Amino acid sequence: MSTDLSTADVERVAALAHLELTDAEKQLFTRQLADVLHYAEQIQALDTTGVPATAHVNVAQHERDDIQAPSLPVDEAIANAPDALPDAGLFRVPRVIGG
Amino acid sequence: MTTVGFSAAQIRDEVAAGGLSAVEVCRAALEQATTINPQLNAFNLIASERALSRAADIDRQRAAGHRLGPLAGVPVALKDNLCVRNMRTTASSRILEAYVPPYTATVVERLEAAGAVVIGKTNCDEFAMGSSNENSAFGPVRNPWVQDRTPGGSSGGSAVAVAAQCAPVALGSDTGGSIRQPASFCGVFGLKPTYGRVSRYGLLAFASSLDQIGPFTRTVSDAALTLGVIAGADRYDSTSSTIAVPDYSASLTGDVRGLRVGVPRAFVDDGVDPSVKRAFDAALDTLQMLGARLVDIDLPHAGYAIPVYYLVCTAEASSNLARYDGVRYGYRAADAREQDLKGMYSRTRDEGFGAEVKRRIVLGTYVLSAGYYDAFYMKALQVRTLMRRDYDAAFERADVVAMPTSPIPPFKLGEKTDDPLQMYLADIFTVSANLVGLPGISIPCGFADNLPIGFQLLGRPFDEATVLRAADAFERATDWHSRRPSLQGGPSGPP
Repeated sequence: MSTDLSTADVERVAALAHLELTDAEKQLFTRQLADVLHYAEQIQALDTTGVPATAHVNVAQHERDDIQAPSLPVDEAIANAPDALPDAGLFRVPRVIGG
Repeated sequence: MTTVGFSAAQIRDEVAAGGLSAVEVCRAALEQATTINPQLNAFNLIASERALSRAADIDRQRAAGHRLGPLAGVPVALKDNLCVRNMRTTASSRILEAYVPPYTATVVERLEAAGAVVIGKTNCDEFAMGSSNENSAFGPVRNPWVQDRTPGGSSGGSAVAVAAQCAPVALGSDTGGSIRQPASFCGVFGLKPTYGRVSRYGLLAFASSLDQIGPFTRTVSDAALTLGVIAGADRYDSTSSTIAVPDYSASLTGDVRGLRVGVPRAFVDDGVDPSVKRAFDAALDTLQMLGARLVDIDLPHAGYAIPVYYLVCTAEASSNLARYDGVRYGYRAADAREQDLKGMYSRTRDEGFGAEVKRRIVLGTYVLSAGYYDAFYMKALQVRTLMRRDYDAAFERADVVAMPTSPIPPFKLGEKTDDPLQMYLADIFTVSANLVGLPGISIPCGFADNLPIGFQLLGRPFDEATVLRAADAFERATDWHSRRPSLQGGPSGPP
């Protein structure tokens, strides 16, 4: 497939990724990523019929038993939050419902 | 006598024997770091107080007759994407500029348990995304050899810390060459272990199927020593391997007679700078002179490594970096209160991330999105399988594979920043090892106009021992690794 990346594509994808880009960034990224994607298109010429995908090279992942153990205390877990209510042990975010 | 040029093994032996105190070694390291940093910008943080206190602990342990660890009193620098409890860890990103982790990476736990003394956190490309260390929110790192040149990236600060003798050992992370390429650019050894050899717990994730932590050192024996300390299974990383960790130091026999060194001629003859080609060919001659046998190998899909790598790593990055949303940690846009939740996320991420990180998130999201997933992401994973098969076949004929680390010597700061594709293309020789999960080491093998050149040896999965053995034999036969940059005229020096 031929990739014709447009600024609208970059806007759409940035919205999916929760990235508010400036107009200048949208223009720049459209041009630069179109270059990269165009270069990447060369892999589409390879015949990969029946070739399995390698998402991960590690074949022997081990699982541990699901045993309850002490974890991060709440005060430490929220210590880095930009907006927290330490007494309640909560992260605070802008209003989501009924704004 | 200054100890800054000492190897880790020398320091450990001297500290254990009482010839040196860990505190005096630590002071010398801190002084060196403080002296070079205004010029080179290698450190985001120099942790003097904590380091001196840890060093004093080592000296007390010795005085009390305790058995000391294999890295007792050895100063170590850490790439700033490795978490240390209560020590600021930023990944050189504005979005984490005030982040203080509540936990410590497994590799750091193991280094400290072995007696190492962490002297600070090193500058890097933001979230390890870059090949020149220019994508740092805290400014670029400079190459100690020629200061208008890049030290390489993304672990540029760690490479410089070792090259400029702030520490004999620094840890970096390698997702597509981020240990090996800066090691090559700075004239030191840089080891990327097999995927799964070293726990990634506490490493700020970039691309989880590619990331691996490893050491920079000035000797191969220090690389072997350090790997032996940090390698091994970890209950906090389910991808860490339970394969037994061998005695890497014992593998350094100096003997490479009969070792089959595979050379992918067609691949390495294409687009390589003549100075790099000369140094690489001379390195092969040296290995042959030592008794190794050169074997022609073919890696038919190696030329596709860059597209495959940049499709896979950006896809994984777009997912991994979703966690930086201004809620649980890190930066939040100042006027967030007036926005809705999604507006807060989007503004926070636009202000908190630098251009390259945003570019990669956009690309990664794109290749995972409906309509493009099969053509780009899935296709890349299939070609990744073909690349694995190429290496499987190569390792039937060869015990290690040799190639240049970078096709070009260290380039000028600013030279490639406007053209991401050109920057990416320079990673052609390093990214395959990550896609296939192989161990690799970059070895100093020459200079071009006072700029270091390195070559790399890749090995079979979990066969770091052979890679280290070959690198050590090469080190014994050459003196490229022993050259040090002359640093003078620093702002903290005499007027």
